Amino acid sequence: MSTIIDYAPRLWEGLVVTLQLLVLGSLLALVIAFAAGLTRLSRHRLVRLPAAIFIEVFRGTSMIVQLFWFFYALPFLGIELPPFETGVVVLALNEGAYAAEIVRGAIKSRPAGQTEACIALGIGPAKRMRRILIPQSIPAMLPPFGNVLVDLFKNTSLVATITVLDLTYMGLEVRTNTGETTAIFATLLVIYFVVSLLLWVLMNGLERRFAIDRTKKSTRIKSWILSQPRGGAGA
Amino acid sequence: MISFDDVDKSWGPNHVLKKLNFHVKPAEKVSIIGPSGSGKTTILRILMTLENPDEGIVTVDGDELWNVERGRRIRRETTQMKLTRRKIGMVFQQFNLFPHLSAIQNVMEAPIQVLGMSKNEAHERAKGLLDTVGLGEHLDHKPPKLSGGQQQRVAIARAMAMRPKVMLFDEVTSALDPELVGDVLDVIRDLATSTDMTMLLVTHEMRFAEEISDRVVMFDGGVAVEQGPPQKIFQDPDNERTRRFLKAVLEH
Amino acid sequence: MTWNSEFALSILPDLLRGLWITIQATMAAITIALVLGLVVAVVRYLRIPVLSQVFGFFVLFIRGTPLLVQAYAAFFILPHYGIVLSALVTGIIVLGINYSAYTAEVYRAGIEDVAKGQWEAATALSLPGRPTWTRIVLPQAVRSIVPMLGNYWIQMFKDSAILSVITVAEVLYVGQTIGGSEFRFLEPLTIVGLLFLAVSYPAAVLIRRLERRLAISR
Repeated sequence: MSTIIDYAPRLWEGLVVTLQLLVLGSLLALVIAFAAGLTRLSRHRLVRLPAAIFIEVFRGTSMIVQLFWFFYALPFLGIELPPFETGVVVLALNEGAYAAEIVRGAIKSRPAGQTEACIALGIGPAKRMRRILIPQSIPAMLPPFGNVLVDLFKNTSLVATITVLDLTYMGLEVRTNTGETTAIFATLLVIYFVVSLLLWVLMNGLERRFAIDRTKKSTRIKSWILSQPRGGAGA
Repeated sequence: MISFDDVDKSWGPNHVLKKLNFHVKPAEKVSIIGPSGSGKTTILRILMTLENPDEGIVTVDGDELWNVERGRRIRRETTQMKLTRRKIGMVFQQFNLFPHLSAIQNVMEAPIQVLGMSKNEAHERAKGLLDTVGLGEHLDHKPPKLSGGQQQRVAIARAMAMRPKVMLFDEVTSALDPELVGDVLDVIRDLATSTDMTMLLVTHEMRFAEEISDRVVMFDGGVAVEQGPPQKIFQDPDNERTRRFLKAVLEH
Repeated sequence: MTWNSEFALSILPDLLRGLWITIQATMAAITIALVLGLVVAVVRYLRIPVLSQVFGFFVLFIRGTPLLVQAYAAFFILPHYGIVLSALVTGIIVLGINYSAYTAEVYRAGIEDVAKGQWEAATALSLPGRPTWTRIVLPQAVRSIVPMLGNYWIQMFKDSAILSVITVAEVLYVGQTIGGSEFRFLEPLTIVGLLFLAVSYPAAVLIRRLERRLAISR
């Protein structure tokens, strides 16, 4: 165990990279989610179709395959990205595709009366979306967004396979140097678990903050976490 | 047939039954009226063992269903309770039909599983009962394919299939579209006049209650504020709260 | 240096063999997840003291940590304790255990989806516990459980690619190996992606349709 403490700075460096991936990846994923999700709601088929293809392709294949493809295959088409940037882009595209379906679903499930009321009040389509439909849909988006966020965080570990020096990569390196197999993996798992817990607590807090019906009985955090499906599944 | 002796029930700060004493004679038809949240439905649910009282004794047909001392932990599902419960049937506001079973399967299920009836016998009886409630044409339809009124009539047939001595009707027309209420009430009226079942109805259909009941009980704030023959209650109530309640519901 | 169809065609048989391993590994892992998930769900439903809390934490921990790290951990740690399994078996077990943490919740959610009125109707008809479960509750719960499970099966299929990192010879591993030895990654990795899509997209459509049908017949 003491050898692990010697290597703590290396793990810390890795954790910082992991958290950078988490923050940048989720911000970009959010942008992609709204762009693709709203495009899919368009009335015009030709606008809808590219968004639909993007979403189905990225939801239909594994993220690690996407990662390898962007890292190893894309250069053959003349596009070369550094490992870290590749990681951020693929994380964002993959989880953004899942989140796009959440955006689409939440907005689509607004009662028709809301749109009708806007038409009756003469509120145009753009303003209707921005001022009425999107704000109303946020509470419904938050719980599934939380799952996507935790999934995105866990998937950051995959970038270790394309030589990004994240927490997992550093852990594997420390293992090779010290041979401390059990201790190092236990440490890695606990670190990942603690960050996931923090993300769950954060999302649970956001959910309560944005809940339309604040009187809803608060559930205990553990049963709340357990009731969260894996991001994307069935969304 | 039914007796509640000093039965108490609270939901948190909400005292829904206050030392209730309430007795029903065999074959008597009793309607319970009153504002919502006044504990009417709780009476039926305690009889059906869907809720437990906090205190008091409830007997049905001479057998103890509940005997609860305050603070004592309640052990449910005793053999005695199960046997007594079989004498009672209940029809719910939301029908609660089994949606994956056809109308006739809904009616056959309990006689086969509980009374040990043969499939053929259960089928014959179920068919007869569904004919009686006017659903002979819909034996193989699943509940989602039926209208609310039809579903509720299947639910009545399902409860009747167990040959209960006591039937409980919990606001059975409240979830129905107005034009479907009549058919359901016709079925209940037939049961009331043609059988000697004891019937307990929680209802907002005042004219119907007046027509079929032997006795009407006005419930408010966890107590029976007034009871008597329907003519007396509806034409000339003694209690001020009864008068106000009837005025409100009959005038709209 | 763009797409070479001849090369692509020549490596297709190897990749299809890899896909077959992927499918077999997924099936085996699904079996583990179904059974273990049921055990976890029942223990937690019955609130068996200690064991219930232990499983609750286990589910939380599995959900909060990356599958990749779990796979590495099992692959490197188990041999230390004298448990020597092939990469494939290790991978199947890790994938199966990982998803049991999700399927456990599917069973619970499926049963909670059954309306309270159904239990009350069963009580009102004096149905005993066993027929209440086998004839009333479970047939209805299955309708919501099956689509949820189906979605997880597709996720498992896709996530099985992660097992390539511990040298399980599934389709991504085969693609990587070909890419490395031929110095051409475009064709093998593109085909790998298309193969995943070719299985998971129709499966997803099928499950969506099944879900709709089960929902309508309620």
